[in-house]
Amino acid sequence: MIHVNILRFREGRYAWGALGLLALSIAIYATQGGRVRAGGGTWQGYVLGTIGALLIVWLTVLGVRKRRYSSTFGSVEGWTSAHVWLGLALLPVATLHCAGLFGWNVHTLAYALMCVVIVSGIVGLYGYLALPRQMAANSGGSSRAALFAELFSLDRQGRELARGCDAAVSEAVRSSIERTSIGGGAIRQMLATDRSLFMSGDSAQGAAQMRVVANSDQQAVINYVARRVPQGAKRAEVANLQALIVLLSRRQTVLRRIRRDIQLQGWLQLWLYVHVPLSVALIAALIVHILSTFMYW
Amino acid sequence: MGTAAEFHLAIIGAGPAGLSAAARAAQIDAREKVATPSYVLLEGSPRLAKTIQRYQKGKHVMAEPGFLALRSDLQFGAGSREKVLETWGEGTNRLKINVRYSADVKKVTGQKGDFLVQLANGTSVRAANVVLAIGVEGNPRKLGVPGEHFEEIQYQLDDPKEFRDETILVVGAGDAAIENALALSEQNDVWIVNRGNEFSRAKDANLSLVLAGISDPRRRLGCYYEARPKAITRVERGPPLTVTLDTPSGERLIECHRIIARLGADPARAFVESVGITFPGPQKQAIPELSRRYESNVPGVFIVGSLAGYPLIKQAMNQGYDVTEYAYGHDVKPADYPLLESRLCGLPFERETDELLERFKSLVPMFRELNALAFRELVIESEVIVAYPDGPECAEALKKIEAARKRNAQDSGPPRMTRVIREGEVIYEAGEFGTSFFTIAYGEVTLQTEDPVARTSQLRLGEFFGEMSLLSGRPRAERAIAGPGCILMETPRRTMIKLMNSNEAVRAGIDWIFVVRELQRHFAPQATARELRDIAGQVTVRNYKAGEPIFTEGEPGASLLIVRSGGVTLSRRRAGQDLLVAQVPAGELVGEMSLMGDSQRRESARATVACVLIEVGRAEFLRLTQRGDAPVERLQRAASAHVAESARMEVRPEASAIMNFLMAQGLGEATNALIIDESLCVGCDNCEKACAETHGGISRLDRKSGASFAQVHVPISCRHCEQPHCMKDCPPNAIKRSDNGEVFIDETCIGCGNCQVNCPYDVIRMTYEAPKKPGLWSWLLFGTGPGVGEEHDYRPTEAAKAKGKKATKCDACGGLSGGPACVRACPTGAAVRIGPAEYLDLADQRRR
Repeated sequence: MIHVNILRFREGRYAWGALGLLALSIAIYATQGGRVRAGGGTWQGYVLGTIGALLIVWLTVLGVRKRRYSSTFGSVEGWTSAHVWLGLALLPVATLHCAGLFGWNVHTLAYALMCVVIVSGIVGLYGYLALPRQMAANSGGSSRAALFAELFSLDRQGRELARGCDAAVSEAVRSSIERTSIGGGAIRQMLATDRSLFMSGDSAQGAAQMRVVANSDQQAVINYVARRVPQGAKRAEVANLQALIVLLSRRQTVLRRIRRDIQLQGWLQLWLYVHVPLSVALIAALIVHILSTFMYW
Repeated sequence: MGTAAEFHLAIIGAGPAGLSAAARAAQIDAREKVATPSYVLLEGSPRLAKTIQRYQKGKHVMAEPGFLALRSDLQFGAGSREKVLETWGEGTNRLKINVRYSADVKKVTGQKGDFLVQLANGTSVRAANVVLAIGVEGNPRKLGVPGEHFEEIQYQLDDPKEFRDETILVVGAGDAAIENALALSEQNDVWIVNRGNEFSRAKDANLSLVLAGISDPRRRLGCYYEARPKAITRVERGPPLTVTLDTPSGERLIECHRIIARLGADPARAFVESVGITFPGPQKQAIPELSRRYESNVPGVFIVGSLAGYPLIKQAMNQGYDVTEYAYGHDVKPADYPLLESRLCGLPFERETDELLERFKSLVPMFRELNALAFRELVIESEVIVAYPDGPECAEALKKIEAARKRNAQDSGPPRMTRVIREGEVIYEAGEFGTSFFTIAYGEVTLQTEDPVARTSQLRLGEFFGEMSLLSGRPRAERAIAGPGCILMETPRRTMIKLMNSNEAVRAGIDWIFVVRELQRHFAPQATARELRDIAGQVTVRNYKAGEPIFTEGEPGASLLIVRSGGVTLSRRRAGQDLLVAQVPAGELVGEMSLMGDSQRRESARATVACVLIEVGRAEFLRLTQRGDAPVERLQRAASAHVAESARMEVRPEASAIMNFLMAQGLGEATNALIIDESLCVGCDNCEKACAETHGGISRLDRKSGASFAQVHVPISCRHCEQPHCMKDCPPNAIKRSDNGEVFIDETCIGCGNCQVNCPYDVIRMTYEAPKKPGLWSWLLFGTGPGVGEEHDYRPTEAAKAKGKKATKCDACGGLSGGPACVRACPTGAAVRIGPAEYLDLADQRRR
């Protein structure tokens, strides 16, 4: 295999490693019993806690390794693969460590933070495995820059064609181009909401009477121009309108692709905004957890 | 006329070589205390160093090659164009050099002792000797119409930004005219005056740019086709020039501020030939025959500088110094003498360097074809290797080398010395990418191959090896072992190609041995070169341009082809579609089935990239295969494997389409290409960041650019071509190939940009050095930005600007252990670097 995804890196060697670690942890946990209740306080609990703490520290080191560009200590793909598998193993290891004892304290806070970090990681993993394929399929082999270049070219042609139409159509098309909205705030990017507008109105009433209406997904302006075709008087005018509809439809497709691309790119990155800061918080909580454990020993 | 010559020496051309020659003559005059100068320097333009004057403002001039010391009465060191010109101007004044500007030489007649040098202004000069230091650029062609002398008519364009809101006519339709017109049309109204009705001489890139520019209404660019200027007049008011244009619709009057005429140049060669000097061949790069003292076949006429084949400033200046000494009858050791001495000092002979050179030249048939100067140059650019047995002899040689090293030490760094190896040592291994060519100047060398059959051969004095990597760009096919006492010259590829292009006999010799060795390798492993001489004479070597058809499916076939260089695409036409069924790299066979049972071509063959094929006909094939040593069974097995492979591809059109895409991206000539799987790429740009962080802050790859197909993305990044286009024309020979195949640029780059122009894949950029970034921890802990891997939005420092732009390209991280940083830094496994052998697997995988 030339291209291998992170889960299957080197025949999934880190999956087996994580499984082995898990088996070991379960075995350690299982030796608890008798008079002392299973938990963080037994020697088994300490061992499991140490494993978990070391795992957490090691997992965050990925952020450093990723930026050590000339490092020859494994490949980043290998590190990421190990990060995923060992990160998944961390949840059962830590659960075995605390043996299900929770409360309103810093210990459970550390556990909860860890859970959020792991869940966000799972979300990210899903994104990494599923979204690139969708992005590639969406953009049809062109880069975002190429899509924008096409859009600008369509805009130019659209303005040119609109000049040959009557004042109302011309204004409608021109305004639909000018008031096309792409992007926006983070939430709008993620949801790919489209707040495009255009000026709609009857040509008989003149351009002054036109009003701004929603043009989400560019459908309204396409419909507007399409409605004008049967009313066309001259053959040249109708031909012009037909050409405009084709152009606006292509523009609609390009815009959809751009929005979708932005949206998917956003989803690909969103999880990191949870995963990374909470990892830092987790490290802080972990330190407090360990210190307080030893202080009240 | 019988009058004594006015001057002992007339130097034509005040470039680096001519200036340096004149400076030496001035010094000789001063030493001899002569009252009137015994020499004259004639310069056609009104200023000295015309070519360097033409460089853009502030351009950094390099002082390569570093290993050569300057020998001139004028100063020269790396620096800005202005600084270099100022130094020479000062030197010219200080030495009171007898220079005549605007003295355009039209004709040189006469013989040694009495040459008549006629100038364009009607005057003439008599001189006993003539030095031609005119360079190779020639003089720009004039418009040749009334009014061509007005000052608003220019034959070059230094800075297009100098003009604003003018109407400018650009006359000409070549690349120079197009580039000028495009640059000027940024802020002027520009009209191209094109004699033809298309731009047939332009490079593809310029062609599409100019056509797009002309049809773009927003661009202030237009074109008069089938038009030529007839007359130019000057007016007092408004735009100063009025041009009468002859157009298909009659004469037109056009007012303009300026005319840029780019009509090409009269090549220097025509003038040189008019003096009576002969060239060894018709090739553009051919260099006139010269003696060791730069004297041409016309006694008394000397040639130095780029016309003599030396394009670098320092070389030219040194030659200027030496040639004057020779012309005055002084016997000096040339400036390159210490270099040659260093090269040869470790050899087991007690002879003078010049004598040794003579001897080698006479012993080796190929060297005999070279003129004395070309041979010296060859030795300087080559490495001289000598094999000794372990023992006192070897120790002695090392001692001699050490002594010479001390003697010849210079500011510009240690000279390259004789390389001493041990007898029996491996010179190179099979599979290494070599870029050098070896000639045996003494002794023997053993070549061993394992593939396809084990075979050993002995090469003797005068023979050469390593031609494979020279001609095909493939890795070495054999192991070479130094025989007892052998002396070798290892010549870099570029030098060798230059030599082949300028010397027909050398080219023919190398071509021939290549054919012989290919025939041995495929069909007659035990045959000697002599036995194959006949057959090698019968086969045909054919050149194909990229995309050119070689044969067509269904036609009868009566020959097989050995791919010498490049690659061949085989396709089958099914249901109206061309399905790519195989990609044949250099060194393999095409169409062999037609001589082994199936006389009909089952595929169409077409050149993937420019390629050279050796065609072996049925008769020759039969003669070869009837020999006892012919590996018939292996040939049949390989042919069967090809048939099966082709069938497998034919039934999988998806995989075939991906292969087709890869070939369309030029990967047929790649050895190591970056391929990104779009279904795994998360767009983190860690590949680019890693590249920048490991290469002085400048990424050599552009992930987002480049083409994609079926989720296979070929970003803009070096593919380390088999025959690197970038290496073709690098003046300081700064582009090299390592044993592993990486093509890289070393620190001797002079920033000329030739490689950038020559690369068809846009992977080379000219960049200033980037400032250093703070380390990871100071960024993480103290926020000193820009951080590791962060966008590096910088302005080059003054120091970086002074150094000038250098060419940057991927070096496949040859210096880093663990492989390319881009691949190692990819967190998802999307980025891989693969060679042609893995394309099929890639296409296969993507099928699902």
